[in-house]
Amino acid sequence: MPLNESWQTAEIPGPKKASLIIKPDIADAMIRRAKRPIMIVGHGIVEYDVEGLKLIDYLIEFATKAHIPVVVTASTNREFLNRGFTPAALMPAVDIGNRLTDPGWKGFDGKDAYDLAIFVGLPYYMEWTILSGLKHFAPNLKTMTLDCVYQPNASWSFPNSTIKDWVVNLKGIVDGLGD
Amino acid sequence: MVNALSRKGVNLSIKELDSDIARFRDISISIGAIRQDTWHEPMGPTPFPTLSTLRNWDHALLKRYKPFYLPFCDLCCLCTYGKCDLTGQKRGACGITMAAQQSRIVLLTACIGAATHTGHARELLTSLIDRFGSDLPINVGDVGVEVEAPITRLVCGIRPQTLGDLEPVLDYCENQITQLLSVTHTGQEGSNIDFESKVFHAGMIDHVGMEVADIAQISALGFPKAEPESPLADLGLGTVDVKKPVILVIGHNVTPSAGIIDYLRAEGIQSEVEVTGICCTALDITRYSSRAKVIGPISWQLRYIRSGVPDVIVIDEQCVRTDTLLEAAKVRSPLIATSEKNCLGLPDRTDDTVDDIVRGFVEESIPGALILDPEKVGEVAVRTARLIAPKRKKQGADISKEELGRLAKKCTQCMLCRRACPNDLPLAQAIKAAAGGHLSLLDELYDDCVGCGRCESACTQKLPVHSLIIAAADQKTRTESYCIRTGRGPIQDTEIRKVGGPIVLGEIPGIVAFVGCANYPKGSREVAEMCREFAKRRYIVCTSGCSAMSAGMHRDEYGRTVYEQFSGAFEAGGIVNVGSCVSNAHIAGAAIKIASIFAKRPLRGNYEEIADYVYNRVGAVGVAWGAMSQKAAAIAAGFWRLGIPVVVGPHGTKYRRMLLGRSDKTEDWYVYDARSGGKVYAGPVPEHLFFAAETKEDAMVMVAKLTMRPNDTSKGRANKLANYIDLHKRLVGGIPPDVHLFVRSPADIPLTMKDDVTLYLKDHDWKEQPIPDPTLLPRLIHKKRV
Ligand code: SF4
Ligand code: SF4
Ligand code: SF4
Repeated sequence: MPLNESWQTAEIPGPKKASLIIKPDIADAMIRRAKRPIMIVGHGIVEYDVEGLKLIDYLIEFATKAHIPVVVTASTNREFLNRGFTPAALMPAVDIGNRLTDPGWKGFDGKDAYDLAIFVGLPYYMEWTILSGLKHFAPNLKTMTLDCVYQPNASWSFPNSTIKDWVVNLKGIVDGLGD
Repeated sequence: MVNALSRKGVNLSIKELDSDIARFRDISISIGAIRQDTWHEPMGPTPFPTLSTLRNWDHALLKRYKPFYLPFCDLCCLCTYGKCDLTGQKRGACGITMAAQQSRIVLLTACIGAATHTGHARELLTSLIDRFGSDLPINVGDVGVEVEAPITRLVCGIRPQTLGDLEPVLDYCENQITQLLSVTHTGQEGSNIDFESKVFHAGMIDHVGMEVADIAQISALGFPKAEPESPLADLGLGTVDVKKPVILVIGHNVTPSAGIIDYLRAEGIQSEVEVTGICCTALDITRYSSRAKVIGPISWQLRYIRSGVPDVIVIDEQCVRTDTLLEAAKVRSPLIATSEKNCLGLPDRTDDTVDDIVRGFVEESIPGALILDPEKVGEVAVRTARLIAPKRKKQGADISKEELGRLAKKCTQCMLCRRACPNDLPLAQAIKAAAGGHLSLLDELYDDCVGCGRCESACTQKLPVHSLIIAAADQKTRTESYCIRTGRGPIQDTEIRKVGGPIVLGEIPGIVAFVGCANYPKGSREVAEMCREFAKRRYIVCTSGCSAMSAGMHRDEYGRTVYEQFSGAFEAGGIVNVGSCVSNAHIAGAAIKIASIFAKRPLRGNYEEIADYVYNRVGAVGVAWGAMSQKAAAIAAGFWRLGIPVVVGPHGTKYRRMLLGRSDKTEDWYVYDARSGGKVYAGPVPEHLFFAAETKEDAMVMVAKLTMRPNDTSKGRANKLANYIDLHKRLVGGIPPDVHLFVRSPADIPLTMKDDVTLYLKDHDWKEQPIPDPTLLPRLIHKKRV
């Protein structure tokens, strides 16, 4: 499978395309460099089983280790609550996307604008369009996706990968963040 | 100034008009052959508005609901200066920005939609006038409907009484659509907000066009006239008697299909031929004859044709698959094209004899024909179907289970089908399982497949992927058996009088309209589930178009469809199917009638005031869960200008922009209090004007939230909040994090939730707010009124 072709074949944006996260260190470096990261999690994450663990469990570990606030976009909230994890905010995907384009928005804690938005688990085409909105209208924001498919409108995206390779990458990122 | 719209040259000229709301000079309106004006209501300020007449109103809305653009492409390729790369804040060679470019495409989309409905209305009206004469009275309700054309009265300031009176209304629409389309030329409009205002204008014109189309066909063709208990019609292929000759009609313009019914009636053979339909033509043909059958929404085209059941296929206009001729040929069904807009390369046989055409079909010497005469279509279709049905023996292109296993083994697991599938369905995985004899994965995809066929075009092994799903699902299509209430048309004035108060006061929590196409993210059952839930909660639920079919395609635990479970009246807990796409006008019309009939606001040419009323007081929300078409975009735009929010499914983000409010910006949510003239914070209600939800659950919670209006009484707000909080608790978990923004006084808190909510308010620094007499229009402040 081509690494950096849009997963949905026709969803081709144009000249500006995401850089590939080929190794977990790249993602780790980006996350470390960010002063105000935020993670936006869609309902798709409960649908993925990753070697016996649900993707959601990886993400909870990831967010906790990296101290990244999590915004849950939809009914997935319940899954987080069931695991004893309270998201930083509940907000529909287009609403959080819209706020991220406002340079004057100081985030959920009112402190400062976010500089890195990590997306995962939205329907592919919806994540695609929202990332396009951010690519064009949030010039100061970097975006990253953690899905196992290439999202051309992000600043950084995983390549199209098999679940197996993807798990290795995700684990690598979580491990790289230390304890 | 209003443009001259002369058709037969009758002018209404207002040299100077001083009313209590506005002052105008030199308005000259040419509205064609309008009969002696018997409407005594004084003319309002904006009859026949042109592109910038309502700009201030649009800008007031757009200040709250700023566009969030989601470019579908980094480039513009609309002229030979381009392609222009608009990334990184670059401008195109014409100077345009990405924001303006996106709004320009939105305008183009809305123009296509408005042109399609208006073109449809024109064709329909011309043929109805030819047949019934231009003096045929408009009659859309024998009892209880005095305001027959609320949108036309509001927008144009005229009261049409005959079919002929509708012609100048369409002249106006056509004029405005031409002006609007010209705005998208290179180097015209440069401001995205002004583009957006024109999108609203296109939407409003679209609603006028739809209203004309539907009231004309209701009046002339004897459709149900505002009947709450219009008859139920069969829905689903399982209801079709496949032993009989079967005709399939697809599209939106009922005229040729009506020709089929007329011929059957004239020959007395109605019970001998099955007339079945897909898309809005199906809905409208059941309004003409409730013996006709609806097969399903647009997504059923491939599966139904391939079943081989239809012996003759008749297509008219809009949302007809453009490969229908190919598909029809595979099952040896002749195809009759009936619209100049959709000729499919077929020879024009309009002037040939019926005998010749039928012979050609029966001998299979021609695969199809263009026939631009509805009466002839009727005779050709029926006679052909009866002659070829015994020959064809309903031979389809379905695949047997054995064949399925053999084909599945050819799959190379390249994944191209999945990558072509709009819903990203796990096709390759399912086909692999099927090759091993396990069909359940493929079977599970049946409900989520929108029937687009893209998987098949993409397959390098030329596998008929869509048909494999149908085969694995045990030909489910063949046993689908449901019912739908035939489209009733308008809402009666008497119904409006009954529910106007409870809606405006909030005792009925809202009107939720499920409209539009079938590009659903997870199948049509979600529409049925949402309808059922809101009807149970005593909202007024309206349906139209493909959504009306989807609503009927599921049964509850007692085996009832929503149309059997709930009444068809415009009342709390009713499920009101207004009809086809063009019947959407009656949903907007009902909101307008609440303002004019219940609240007695002047209607005539008084758009802003009525929209201001609807926006601040009528808790209506549109849900276009599978919105796909340009028409759906135009319909939505018409609702936005009236201040009615629209929720779409996740595919709706591909319309390229949302109109979202910012509940965190208190300064955005001030209204004038008409009583005091002061500006009052009214809370973020309704929070958004155009919103794409990710999941059904997301949508339901948002719908409940978007029915709140500044004018809600405390009792009404408590009722709306009770639904919002309860749905949030059940579907998302916990109290909604923004509930404090919607409670204005302790009396707004739902009694049963008092403890929880009060505690929450304490934690959120909540302060009591006054309830205003809300308006966005300074001229409506009472004390300043002259
Ligand atoms: S219309 Fe403007 S942006 Fe588009 S291709 Fe032409 S010059 Fe470029
Ligand atoms: S026909 Fe169905 S399975 Fe095939 S691409 Fe379209 S939605 Fe997907
Ligand atoms: S495109 Fe064809 S060959 Fe490729 S995975 Fe799909 S069905 Fe198999």
